[in-house]
Amino acid sequence: MSAVLESKLGTPWRKPPFISNPTYRWLLILGALAYFAFAIYSIEVNWSRVYRGLDRGWQFIVGFSDPDFTTRWKDIRSGMFESIVMTVASTVVGIAISIPIALGAARNIAPLPIYLICRGIVALSRALNEIIVAIILVAILGFGPLAGFITLSFATIGFLAKLLAEDIEDMNKVPAEAIHATGASWLQWINYGVQPQVMPRLIGLSMYRLDINFRESAVLGLVGAGGIGATLNTAFDRYEFDTVAAILLIIIATVMVLEYMSGIIRTRIK
Amino acid sequence: MPIIEKNGTKVWQVRDRKTQFTRWGMWLAGTMAFVYSWNVISQNTLWAMMGNIGEVTMDIGTRAMPPRWSYLDKLWGPIWDTLSIATLGTLFALIMAVPVAFMAARNTTPSKLLVRPIALLIIVSTRSVNSLIWALLLVSIVGPGVFAGLIAISIRSIGFCAKLLYEAIEEIDEVQVEAITATGAKRWQVMVYGIVPQIMPAFAGIAVFRWDINIRESTVLGLVGAGGIGLQLQSSLNVLAWPQVSLILGVILVAVILGEWVSAKVRGAII
Repeated sequence: MSAVLESKLGTPWRKPPFISNPTYRWLLILGALAYFAFAIYSIEVNWSRVYRGLDRGWQFIVGFSDPDFTTRWKDIRSGMFESIVMTVASTVVGIAISIPIALGAARNIAPLPIYLICRGIVALSRALNEIIVAIILVAILGFGPLAGFITLSFATIGFLAKLLAEDIEDMNKVPAEAIHATGASWLQWINYGVQPQVMPRLIGLSMYRLDINFRESAVLGLVGAGGIGATLNTAFDRYEFDTVAAILLIIIATVMVLEYMSGIIRTRIK
Repeated sequence: MPIIEKNGTKVWQVRDRKTQFTRWGMWLAGTMAFVYSWNVISQNTLWAMMGNIGEVTMDIGTRAMPPRWSYLDKLWGPIWDTLSIATLGTLFALIMAVPVAFMAARNTTPSKLLVRPIALLIIVSTRSVNSLIWALLLVSIVGPGVFAGLIAISIRSIGFCAKLLYEAIEEIDEVQVEAITATGAKRWQVMVYGIVPQIMPAFAGIAVFRWDINIRESTVLGLVGAGGIGLQLQSSLNVLAWPQVSLILGVILVAVILGEWVSAKVRGAII
Protein backbone atom coordinates (compact mmCIF):
# COMPACT_ATOMS: atom_id res chain seq x y z
CA MET A 1 0.00 0.00 0.00
CA SER A 2 2.68 2.43 1.02
CA ALA A 3 4.69 1.54 -2.09
CA VAL A 4 1.69 2.49 -4.23
CA LEU A 5 1.34 5.68 -2.28
CA GLU A 6 5.06 6.36 -2.51
CA SER A 7 5.05 6.06 -6.30
CA LYS A 8 2.10 8.46 -6.58
CA LEU A 9 3.60 11.15 -4.36
CA GLY A 10 4.59 14.23 -6.24
CA THR A 11 2.56 13.39 -9.35
CA PRO A 12 -0.51 15.56 -9.92
CA TRP A 13 -3.95 14.04 -9.28
CA ARG A 14 -5.84 12.77 -12.27
CA LYS A 15 -9.45 11.79 -12.56
CA PRO A 16 -9.84 8.01 -12.26
CA PRO A 17 -10.99 6.64 -15.64
CA PHE A 18 -14.51 5.39 -16.24
CA ILE A 19 -13.37 1.77 -16.69
CA SER A 20 -10.13 0.87 -14.93
CA ASN A 21 -8.95 -1.79 -17.42
CA PRO A 22 -7.43 0.19 -20.35
CA THR A 23 -8.00 -2.61 -22.90
CA TYR A 24 -11.71 -2.80 -22.16
CA ARG A 25 -11.96 0.99 -22.02
CA TRP A 26 -10.40 1.50 -25.43
CA LEU A 27 -12.29 -1.41 -26.97
CA LEU A 28 -15.56 0.07 -25.70
CA ILE A 29 -14.75 3.57 -26.89
CA LEU A 30 -13.52 2.40 -30.31
CA GLY A 31 -16.46 0.04 -30.70
CA ALA A 32 -18.94 2.78 -29.88
CA LEU A 33 -17.21 5.21 -32.25
CA ALA A 34 -17.11 2.62 -35.04
CA TYR A 35 -20.80 1.85 -34.53
CA PHE A 36 -21.80 5.52 -34.55
CA ALA A 37 -19.69 6.22 -37.62
CA PHE A 38 -21.20 3.28 -39.47
CA ALA A 39 -24.73 4.17 -38.36
CA ILE A 40 -24.33 7.77 -39.50
CA TYR A 41 -22.79 6.59 -42.75
CA SER A 42 -25.72 4.24 -43.40
CA ILE A 43 -28.28 7.04 -43.15
CA GLU A 44 -29.02 8.51 -46.53
CA VAL A 45 -29.75 12.20 -46.53
CA ASN A 46 -31.03 13.89 -49.63
CA TRP A 47 -29.58 17.32 -48.96
CA SER A 48 -31.19 19.00 -51.97
CA ARG A 49 -34.59 17.80 -50.73
CA VAL A 50 -33.78 19.07 -47.25
CA TYR A 51 -32.77 22.41 -48.73
CA ARG A 52 -36.00 22.68 -50.67
CA GLY A 53 -37.96 21.72 -47.54
CA LEU A 54 -36.39 24.42 -45.39
CA ASP A 55 -38.88 26.81 -46.90
CA ARG A 56 -41.73 24.70 -45.50
CA GLY A 57 -39.98 24.49 -42.16
CA TRP A 58 -39.86 28.27 -42.09
CA GLN A 59 -43.57 28.39 -42.96
CA PHE A 60 -44.24 26.11 -40.01
CA ILE A 61 -42.33 28.39 -37.64
CA VAL A 62 -44.13 31.41 -39.08
CA GLY A 63 -47.40 29.51 -38.61
CA PHE A 64 -46.73 29.44 -34.87
CA SER A 65 -46.59 33.21 -34.74
CA ASP A 66 -49.94 33.39 -36.49
CA PRO A 67 -51.89 30.19 -35.77
CA ASP A 68 -55.16 29.81 -37.66
CA PHE A 69 -57.86 28.64 -35.28
CA THR A 70 -60.83 29.77 -37.33
CA THR A 71 -60.71 28.18 -40.80
CA ARG A 72 -60.89 24.55 -39.62
CA TRP A 73 -62.43 25.35 -36.25
CA LYS A 74 -65.27 22.85 -36.69
CA ASP A 75 -62.86 20.00 -37.46
CA ILE A 76 -60.56 21.00 -34.63
CA ARG A 77 -63.43 21.19 -32.18
CA SER A 78 -64.91 17.82 -33.07
CA GLY A 79 -61.43 16.24 -33.08
CA MET A 80 -60.56 17.65 -29.67
CA PHE A 81 -63.95 16.61 -28.32
CA GLU A 82 -63.42 13.05 -29.52
CA SER A 83 -59.89 12.99 -28.07
CA ILE A 84 -61.10 14.15 -24.67
CA VAL A 85 -63.98 11.69 -24.66
CA MET A 86 -61.65 8.83 -25.55
CA THR A 87 -59.18 9.93 -22.89
CA VAL A 88 -61.78 10.08 -20.10
CA ALA A 89 -63.50 6.80 -20.97
CA SER A 90 -60.31 4.83 -21.54
CA THR A 91 -58.64 6.12 -18.37
CA VAL A 92 -61.65 5.12 -16.24
CA VAL A 93 -61.94 1.67 -17.80
CA GLY A 94 -58.16 1.21 -17.76
CA ILE A 95 -57.97 2.01 -14.03
CA ALA A 96 -60.92 -0.25 -13.26
CA ILE A 97 -59.25 -3.18 -15.01
CA SER A 98 -55.74 -2.45 -13.71
CA ILE A 99 -56.67 -2.56 -10.03
CA PRO A 100 -57.50 -6.29 -9.90
CA ILE A 101 -54.55 -7.03 -12.19
CA ALA A 102 -52.24 -4.99 -9.94
CA LEU A 103 -53.46 -6.98 -6.93
CA GLY A 104 -52.75 -10.16 -8.85
CA ALA A 105 -49.32 -8.95 -9.95
CA ALA A 106 -48.16 -8.17 -6.41
CA ARG A 107 -46.19 -11.15 -5.11
CA ASN A 108 -47.04 -10.48 -1.44
CA ILE A 109 -50.78 -10.76 -2.10
CA ALA A 110 -51.30 -13.16 -4.98
CA PRO A 111 -50.42 -16.85 -5.21
CA LEU A 112 -47.83 -17.79 -7.83
CA PRO A 113 -50.13 -18.91 -10.72
CA ILE A 114 -52.23 -15.73 -10.55
CA TYR A 115 -49.05 -13.66 -10.19
CA LEU A 116 -47.61 -15.16 -13.37
CA ILE A 117 -50.82 -14.64 -15.37
CA CYS A 118 -51.15 -11.01 -14.27
CA ARG A 119 -47.46 -10.27 -14.88
CA GLY A 120 -47.89 -11.80 -18.33
CA ILE A 121 -50.80 -9.46 -19.11
CA VAL A 122 -48.74 -6.49 -17.91
CA ALA A 123 -45.73 -7.52 -19.99
CA LEU A 124 -47.85 -8.01 -23.10
CA SER A 125 -49.51 -4.63 -22.72
CA ARG A 126 -46.18 -2.90 -22.19
CA ALA A 127 -44.46 -4.61 -25.11
CA LEU A 128 -47.10 -3.66 -27.68
CA ASN A 129 -46.87 -0.11 -28.91
CA GLU A 130 -50.16 1.83 -28.78
CA ILE A 131 -50.04 2.59 -32.47
CA ILE A 132 -49.61 -1.06 -33.40
CA VAL A 133 -52.50 -2.11 -31.17
CA ALA A 134 -54.57 0.65 -32.76
CA ILE A 135 -53.73 -0.59 -36.27
CA ILE A 136 -54.82 -4.13 -35.43
CA LEU A 137 -57.99 -2.93 -33.73
CA VAL A 138 -58.87 -0.63 -36.62
CA ALA A 139 -58.49 -3.60 -38.93
CA ILE A 140 -60.87 -5.62 -36.76
CA LEU A 141 -63.35 -3.02 -35.53
CA GLY A 142 -63.21 -0.49 -38.33
CA PHE A 143 -62.47 3.23 -38.13
CA GLY A 144 -63.71 5.28 -35.20
CA PRO A 145 -63.14 6.11 -31.56
CA LEU A 146 -63.98 2.63 -30.28
CA ALA A 147 -60.64 1.28 -31.54
CA GLY A 148 -58.82 4.19 -29.90
CA PHE A 149 -60.74 3.71 -26.67
CA ILE A 150 -59.82 0.02 -26.42
CA THR A 151 -56.20 0.75 -27.37
CA LEU A 152 -55.79 3.36 -24.65
CA SER A 153 -57.53 1.20 -22.04
CA PHE A 154 -55.22 -1.69 -22.88
CA ALA A 155 -52.13 0.53 -22.70
CA THR A 156 -53.30 1.95 -19.36
CA ILE A 157 -53.38 -1.56 -17.88
CA GLY A 158 -49.68 -2.19 -18.54
CA PHE A 159 -48.62 1.13 -17.08
CA LEU A 160 -50.90 1.39 -14.06
CA ALA A 161 -50.96 -2.27 -13.02
CA LYS A 162 -47.16 -2.51 -13.10
CA LEU A 163 -46.49 0.61 -11.03
CA LEU A 164 -49.36 -0.08 -8.63
CA ALA A 165 -48.22 -3.67 -8.12
CA GLU A 166 -44.73 -2.41 -7.28
CA ASP A 167 -46.24 -0.02 -4.75
CA ILE A 168 -48.27 -2.82 -3.18
CA GLU A 169 -45.14 -4.95 -2.93
CA ASP A 170 -43.37 -2.09 -1.13
CA MET A 171 -46.18 -1.51 1.36
CA ASN A 172 -45.84 -1.60 5.12
CA LYS A 173 -46.82 -5.09 6.30
CA VAL A 174 -47.76 -4.07 9.85
CA PRO A 175 -51.14 -2.35 9.18
CA ALA A 176 -52.13 -5.16 6.83
CA GLU A 177 -51.25 -7.72 9.49
CA ALA A 178 -53.19 -5.78 12.10
CA ILE A 179 -56.29 -5.94 9.91
CA HIS A 180 -55.68 -9.67 9.42
CA ALA A 181 -55.55 -10.14 13.18
CA THR A 182 -59.05 -8.71 13.61
CA GLY A 183 -60.40 -11.63 11.61
CA ALA A 184 -61.20 -9.61 8.53
CA SER A 185 -62.22 -11.32 5.32
CA TRP A 186 -59.95 -11.09 2.27
CA LEU A 187 -61.92 -8.19 0.78
CA GLN A 188 -61.91 -6.32 4.09
CA TRP A 189 -58.20 -6.95 4.40
CA ILE A 190 -57.57 -5.40 0.97
CA ASN A 191 -59.97 -2.56 1.66
CA TYR A 192 -58.66 -1.54 5.09
CA GLY A 193 -55.11 -2.90 5.16
CA VAL A 194 -53.80 -2.40 1.63
CA GLN A 195 -55.94 0.18 -0.13
CA PRO A 196 -55.29 3.14 2.22
CA GLN A 197 -51.55 2.64 1.83
CA VAL A 198 -51.51 2.70 -1.96
CA MET A 199 -54.33 5.20 -2.52
CA PRO A 200 -52.15 8.35 -2.85
CA ARG A 201 -49.95 6.60 -5.40
CA LEU A 202 -52.98 5.26 -7.27
CA ILE A 203 -54.49 8.73 -7.58
CA GLY A 204 -51.18 10.24 -8.64
CA LEU A 205 -50.60 7.56 -11.27
CA SER A 206 -54.16 7.87 -12.55
CA MET A 207 -53.76 11.60 -13.06
CA TYR A 208 -50.45 11.02 -14.82
CA ARG A 209 -52.01 8.36 -17.03
CA LEU A 210 -54.87 10.72 -17.94
CA ASP A 211 -52.21 13.10 -19.19
CA ILE A 212 -50.43 10.36 -21.19
CA ASN A 213 -53.69 9.05 -22.63
CA PHE A 214 -54.57 12.50 -23.90
CA ARG A 215 -51.19 12.84 -25.56
CA GLU A 216 -51.50 9.40 -27.13
CA SER A 217 -55.06 10.06 -28.28
CA ALA A 218 -53.64 12.91 -30.32
CA VAL A 219 -51.74 10.45 -32.52
CA LEU A 220 -54.17 7.55 -32.69
CA GLY A 221 -56.11 9.45 -35.33
CA LEU A 222 -53.16 9.01 -37.69
CA VAL A 223 -54.10 5.35 -38.09
CA GLY A 224 -57.84 5.99 -38.09
CA ALA A 225 -58.63 5.36 -34.44
CA GLY A 226 -60.40 8.66 -33.79
CA GLY A 227 -59.41 11.90 -32.14
CA ILE A 228 -57.56 15.08 -33.05
CA GLY A 229 -54.82 13.14 -34.87
CA ALA A 230 -57.01 12.74 -37.95
CA THR A 231 -57.54 16.50 -38.15
CA LEU A 232 -53.83 17.05 -37.67
CA ASN A 233 -52.96 14.55 -40.39
CA THR A 234 -55.32 16.25 -42.84
CA ALA A 235 -53.81 19.64 -42.04
CA PHE A 236 -50.33 18.27 -42.68
CA ASP A 237 -51.42 16.71 -45.96
CA ARG A 238 -52.74 20.07 -47.12
CA TYR A 239 -49.58 21.85 -45.90
CA GLU A 240 -51.79 24.13 -43.82
CA PHE A 241 -49.11 24.90 -41.31
CA ASP A 242 -51.07 27.65 -39.57
CA THR A 243 -53.82 25.15 -38.75
CA VAL A 244 -51.18 22.62 -37.68
CA ALA A 245 -49.70 25.24 -35.37
CA ALA A 246 -53.13 25.96 -33.91
CA ILE A 247 -53.77 22.25 -33.21
CA LEU A 248 -50.33 21.74 -31.71
CA LEU A 249 -50.77 24.81 -29.50
CA ILE A 250 -54.10 23.45 -28.26
CA ILE A 251 -52.50 20.06 -27.51
CA ILE A 252 -49.56 21.67 -25.68
CA ALA A 253 -51.86 23.95 -23.69
CA THR A 254 -54.13 21.05 -22.70
CA VAL A 255 -51.17 18.93 -21.64
CA MET A 256 -49.80 21.80 -19.57
CA VAL A 257 -53.15 22.38 -17.87
CA LEU A 258 -53.49 18.65 -17.13
CA GLU A 259 -49.94 18.52 -15.75
CA TYR A 260 -50.57 21.55 -13.58
CA MET A 261 -53.83 20.09 -12.24
CA SER A 262 -52.26 16.72 -11.52
CA GLY A 263 -49.44 18.53 -9.71
CA ILE A 264 -51.95 20.28 -7.46
CA ILE A 265 -53.92 17.10 -6.79
CA ARG A 266 -50.78 15.11 -6.04
CA THR A 267 -49.50 17.63 -3.52
CA ARG A 268 -52.92 17.83 -1.85
CA ILE A 269 -53.35 14.11 -1.29
CA LYS A 270 -49.86 13.63 0.16
CA MET B 1 -62.71 11.71 14.06
CA PRO B 2 -66.39 12.51 13.54
CA ILE B 3 -68.69 10.92 16.05
CA ILE B 4 -72.44 11.07 15.58
CA GLU B 5 -75.08 10.61 18.23
CA LYS B 6 -77.62 8.03 17.13
CA ASN B 7 -80.41 7.09 19.57
CA GLY B 8 -78.24 8.13 22.47
CA THR B 9 -75.27 5.98 21.49
CA LYS B 10 -72.15 7.39 19.90
CA VAL B 11 -71.36 5.98 16.47
CA TRP B 12 -67.92 6.39 14.94
CA GLN B 13 -67.64 7.15 11.23
CA VAL B 14 -64.66 7.49 8.95
CA ARG B 15 -65.67 10.90 7.59
CA ASP B 16 -67.91 13.73 8.74
CA ARG B 17 -70.95 14.72 6.74
CA LYS B 18 -69.30 17.46 4.71
CA THR B 19 -66.36 15.43 3.40
CA GLN B 20 -68.72 12.52 2.77
CA PHE B 21 -70.91 14.76 0.61
CA THR B 22 -67.97 16.23 -1.33
CA ARG B 23 -66.71 12.71 -1.99
CA TRP B 24 -70.12 11.65 -3.22
CA GLY B 25 -70.27 14.72 -5.41
CA MET B 26 -66.90 13.96 -6.94
CA TRP B 27 -67.82 10.34 -7.58
CA LEU B 28 -71.10 11.46 -9.16
CA ALA B 29 -69.33 13.97 -11.42
CA GLY B 30 -66.74 11.40 -12.41
CA THR B 31 -69.34 8.75 -13.17
CA MET B 32 -71.39 11.20 -15.20
CA ALA B 33 -68.34 12.23 -17.21
CA PHE B 34 -67.54 8.60 -17.92
CA VAL B 35 -71.10 7.65 -18.90
CA TYR B 36 -71.34 10.67 -21.16
CA SER B 37 -67.99 9.87 -22.81
CA TRP B 38 -68.99 6.27 -23.32
CA ASN B 39 -72.25 7.40 -24.90
CA VAL B 40 -70.39 9.56 -27.39
CA ILE B 41 -68.06 6.71 -28.33
CA SER B 42 -70.99 4.35 -28.61
CA GLN B 43 -72.87 6.74 -30.88
CA ASN B 44 -69.87 6.98 -33.18
CA THR B 45 -69.62 3.21 -33.47
CA LEU B 46 -71.49 1.08 -35.93
CA TRP B 47 -72.63 -1.61 -33.53
CA ALA B 48 -74.32 -3.48 -36.37
CA MET B 49 -70.85 -4.16 -37.75
CA MET B 50 -69.70 -5.62 -34.43
CA GLY B 51 -71.82 -8.75 -34.69
CA ASN B 52 -69.15 -10.65 -36.55
CA ILE B 53 -66.06 -9.43 -34.67
CA GLY B 54 -65.22 -13.00 -33.79
CA GLU B 55 -65.34 -14.08 -37.43
CA VAL B 56 -63.28 -11.10 -38.59
CA THR B 57 -60.66 -11.71 -35.91
CA MET B 58 -60.50 -15.40 -36.76
CA ASP B 59 -60.30 -14.57 -40.45
CA ILE B 60 -57.39 -12.17 -40.00
CA GLY B 61 -55.76 -14.58 -37.56
CA THR B 62 -55.88 -17.53 -39.93
CA ARG B 63 -54.62 -15.41 -42.81
CA ALA B 64 -51.77 -14.03 -40.70
CA MET B 65 -50.60 -17.47 -39.64
CA PRO B 66 -48.02 -18.77 -40.36
CA PRO B 67 -45.78 -15.71 -40.82
CA ARG B 68 -43.92 -15.54 -44.13
CA TRP B 69 -40.43 -16.26 -42.86
CA SER B 70 -38.79 -15.70 -46.25
CA TYR B 71 -39.75 -12.02 -45.95
CA LEU B 72 -37.25 -11.75 -43.08
CA ASP B 73 -34.43 -11.30 -45.61
CA LYS B 74 -35.89 -8.00 -46.69
CA LEU B 75 -36.26 -6.83 -43.09
CA TRP B 76 -32.62 -6.71 -41.97
CA GLY B 77 -32.05 -3.29 -43.59
CA PRO B 78 -35.12 -1.70 -41.98
CA ILE B 79 -34.24 -3.27 -38.63
CA TRP B 80 -30.77 -1.73 -38.82
CA ASP B 81 -32.37 1.62 -39.76
CA THR B 82 -34.74 1.41 -36.81
CA LEU B 83 -31.86 0.68 -34.44
CA SER B 84 -29.84 3.56 -35.92
CA ILE B 85 -32.75 5.95 -35.51
CA ALA B 86 -33.15 4.97 -31.87
CA THR B 87 -29.45 5.03 -30.96
CA LEU B 88 -28.35 8.11 -32.90
CA GLY B 89 -31.58 9.88 -31.94
CA THR B 90 -30.82 9.28 -28.27
CA LEU B 91 -27.23 10.43 -28.77
CA PHE B 92 -28.18 13.69 -30.49
CA ALA B 93 -30.96 14.29 -27.99
CA LEU B 94 -28.52 13.91 -25.09
CA ILE B 95 -26.03 16.29 -26.71
CA MET B 96 -28.79 18.91 -26.96
CA ALA B 97 -30.46 18.06 -23.64
CA VAL B 98 -27.38 18.60 -21.46
CA PRO B 99 -27.07 22.38 -22.02
CA VAL B 100 -30.85 22.77 -21.80
CA ALA B 101 -30.87 20.89 -18.48
CA PHE B 102 -28.08 23.05 -17.05
CA MET B 103 -29.97 26.15 -18.14
CA ALA B 104 -33.21 24.88 -16.61
CA ALA B 105 -31.88 23.77 -13.21
CA ARG B 106 -32.37 26.42 -10.54
CA ASN B 107 -28.87 26.05 -9.10
CA THR B 108 -26.92 26.21 -12.37
CA THR B 109 -28.95 28.48 -14.62
CA PRO B 110 -27.13 31.62 -15.76
CA SER B 111 -30.27 33.73 -15.35
CA LYS B 112 -33.48 32.80 -13.59
CA LEU B 113 -35.58 35.42 -15.31
CA LEU B 114 -34.52 35.02 -18.91
CA VAL B 115 -32.74 31.74 -19.65
CA ARG B 116 -34.65 29.42 -17.32
CA PRO B 117 -38.13 30.12 -18.78
CA ILE B 118 -36.77 29.61 -22.29
CA ALA B 119 -35.21 26.29 -21.31
CA LEU B 120 -38.45 25.19 -19.62
CA LEU B 121 -40.40 26.19 -22.71
CA ILE B 122 -38.13 24.03 -24.87
CA ILE B 123 -38.64 21.13 -22.47
CA VAL B 124 -42.43 21.44 -22.35
CA SER B 125 -42.98 21.98 -26.06
CA THR B 126 -40.74 19.12 -27.21
CA ARG B 127 -42.17 16.79 -24.58
CA SER B 128 -45.88 17.43 -25.17
CA VAL B 129 -45.78 16.60 -28.86
CA ASN B 130 -45.60 12.92 -29.71
CA SER B 131 -42.68 11.71 -31.85
CA LEU B 132 -45.11 10.58 -34.57
CA ILE B 133 -46.34 14.15 -34.92
CA TRP B 134 -42.77 15.40 -35.06
CA ALA B 135 -42.11 12.77 -37.73
CA LEU B 136 -45.14 13.88 -39.70
CA LEU B 137 -43.88 17.44 -39.62
CA LEU B 138 -40.32 16.53 -40.53
CA VAL B 139 -41.40 14.27 -43.37
CA SER B 140 -43.09 17.27 -44.93
CA ILE B 141 -39.99 19.40 -44.34
CA VAL B 142 -36.98 17.18 -45.10
CA GLY B 143 -38.78 14.54 -47.13
CA PRO B 144 -39.53 10.92 -46.27
CA GLY B 145 -36.73 8.72 -45.02
CA VAL B 146 -34.60 7.73 -42.07
CA PHE B 147 -33.29 11.28 -41.62
CA ALA B 148 -36.76 12.65 -40.77
CA GLY B 149 -37.27 9.87 -38.22
CA LEU B 150 -33.87 10.52 -36.68
CA ILE B 151 -34.58 14.22 -36.16
CA ALA B 152 -38.10 13.50 -34.90
CA ILE B 153 -36.79 11.08 -32.27
CA SER B 154 -34.02 13.52 -31.28
CA ILE B 155 -36.40 16.43 -30.81
CA ARG B 156 -38.95 14.39 -28.90
CA SER B 157 -36.25 13.06 -26.57
CA ILE B 158 -34.74 16.46 -25.70
CA GLY B 159 -37.57 17.47 -23.42
CA PHE B 160 -37.74 14.08 -21.71
CA CYS B 161 -33.99 13.83 -21.06
CA ALA B 162 -33.60 17.48 -20.11
CA LYS B 163 -36.48 17.31 -17.63
CA LEU B 164 -35.13 14.26 -15.79
CA LEU B 165 -31.59 15.61 -15.94
CA TYR B 166 -32.41 19.04 -14.55
CA GLU B 167 -34.33 17.44 -11.70
CA ALA B 168 -31.20 15.39 -10.96
CA ILE B 169 -29.05 18.54 -11.08
CA GLU B 170 -31.36 20.30 -8.65
CA GLU B 171 -31.04 17.42 -6.20
CA ILE B 172 -27.23 17.39 -6.01
CA ASP B 173 -25.29 17.80 -2.79
CA GLU B 174 -24.28 21.47 -2.64
CA VAL B 175 -21.47 20.75 -0.15
CA GLN B 176 -19.28 19.15 -2.81
CA VAL B 177 -19.89 22.05 -5.18
CA GLU B 178 -18.90 24.45 -2.42
CA ALA B 179 -15.74 22.46 -1.69
CA ILE B 180 -14.67 22.67 -5.34
CA THR B 181 -15.52 26.37 -5.43
CA ALA B 182 -13.41 26.91 -2.30
CA THR B 183 -10.32 25.61 -4.13
CA GLY B 184 -10.63 28.57 -6.45
CA ALA B 185 -11.99 26.57 -9.38
CA LYS B 186 -13.46 28.35 -12.37
CA ARG B 187 -17.11 27.99 -13.31
CA TRP B 188 -16.55 25.17 -15.79
CA GLN B 189 -14.22 23.39 -13.37
CA VAL B 190 -16.93 23.52 -10.71
CA MET B 191 -19.27 21.93 -13.22
CA VAL B 192 -16.86 19.19 -14.31
CA TYR B 193 -15.56 18.26 -10.84
CA GLY B 194 -18.44 19.29 -8.58
CA ILE B 195 -21.66 18.65 -10.48
CA VAL B 196 -20.97 16.19 -13.29
CA PRO B 197 -19.72 13.30 -11.09
CA GLN B 198 -22.86 13.60 -8.99
CA ILE B 199 -25.30 13.43 -11.90
CA MET B 200 -23.36 10.85 -13.93
CA PRO B 201 -25.32 7.79 -12.69
CA ALA B 202 -28.62 9.60 -13.31
CA PHE B 203 -27.40 10.64 -16.74
CA ALA B 204 -26.48 7.11 -17.75
CA GLY B 205 -29.78 5.81 -16.41
CA ILE B 206 -31.75 8.41 -18.37
CA ALA B 207 -29.79 7.68 -21.55
CA VAL B 208 -30.51 3.97 -21.43
CA PHE B 209 -34.12 4.49 -20.39
CA ARG B 210 -34.75 6.85 -23.27
CA TRP B 211 -32.96 4.52 -25.68
CA ASP B 212 -35.38 1.77 -24.68
CA ILE B 213 -38.37 4.06 -25.29
CA ASN B 214 -36.89 5.25 -28.58
CA ILE B 215 -36.64 1.70 -29.90
CA ARG B 216 -40.38 1.30 -29.30
CA GLU B 217 -41.17 4.60 -30.95
CA SER B 218 -38.86 4.22 -33.93
CA THR B 219 -40.58 0.96 -34.89
CA VAL B 220 -43.76 2.85 -35.78
CA LEU B 221 -42.25 6.01 -37.28
CA GLY B 222 -42.36 4.40 -40.72
CA LEU B 223 -46.15 4.59 -40.68
CA VAL B 224 -45.85 8.27 -41.55
CA GLY B 225 -42.92 7.68 -43.92
CA ALA B 226 -40.07 8.40 -41.54
CA GLY B 227 -38.04 5.26 -42.16
CA GLY B 228 -37.43 2.07 -40.25
CA ILE B 229 -39.41 -1.13 -40.06
CA GLY B 230 -42.73 0.73 -39.80
CA LEU B 231 -42.41 1.48 -43.52
CA GLN B 232 -42.57 -2.24 -44.32
CA LEU B 233 -45.46 -2.61 -41.89
CA GLN B 234 -47.37 0.13 -43.61
CA SER B 235 -46.82 -1.25 -47.12
CA SER B 236 -47.74 -4.78 -46.00
CA LEU B 237 -50.90 -3.47 -44.34
CA ASN B 238 -51.84 -1.52 -47.45
CA VAL B 239 -51.82 -4.65 -49.59
CA LEU B 240 -53.36 -6.74 -46.77
CA ALA B 241 -50.36 -9.08 -46.74
CA TRP B 242 -51.21 -10.48 -43.31
CA PRO B 243 -48.44 -13.12 -43.17
CA GLN B 244 -45.89 -10.30 -43.61
CA VAL B 245 -47.69 -8.16 -41.04
CA SER B 246 -47.54 -10.91 -38.44
CA LEU B 247 -43.85 -11.47 -39.14
CA ILE B 248 -43.09 -7.74 -38.78
CA LEU B 249 -45.11 -7.52 -35.57
CA GLY B 250 -43.17 -10.49 -34.23
CA VAL B 251 -39.86 -8.85 -35.14
CA ILE B 252 -40.93 -5.59 -33.46
CA LEU B 253 -41.98 -7.48 -30.34
CA VAL B 254 -38.61 -9.25 -30.16
CA ALA B 255 -36.76 -5.94 -30.70
CA VAL B 256 -38.74 -4.22 -27.96
CA ILE B 257 -38.23 -7.05 -25.48
CA LEU B 258 -34.49 -7.20 -26.27
CA GLY B 259 -34.23 -3.41 -25.86
CA GLU B 260 -35.97 -3.56 -22.51
CA TRP B 261 -33.76 -6.43 -21.38
CA VAL B 262 -30.55 -4.60 -22.36
CA SER B 263 -31.74 -1.40 -20.72
CA ALA B 264 -32.69 -3.20 -17.50
CA LYS B 265 -29.27 -4.94 -17.42
CA VAL B 266 -27.36 -1.71 -17.99
CA ARG B 267 -29.39 0.22 -15.45
CA GLY B 268 -28.93 -2.59 -12.93
CA ALA B 269 -25.16 -2.41 -13.49
CA ILE B 270 -25.04 1.39 -13.05
CA ILE B 271 -27.34 1.96 -10.13
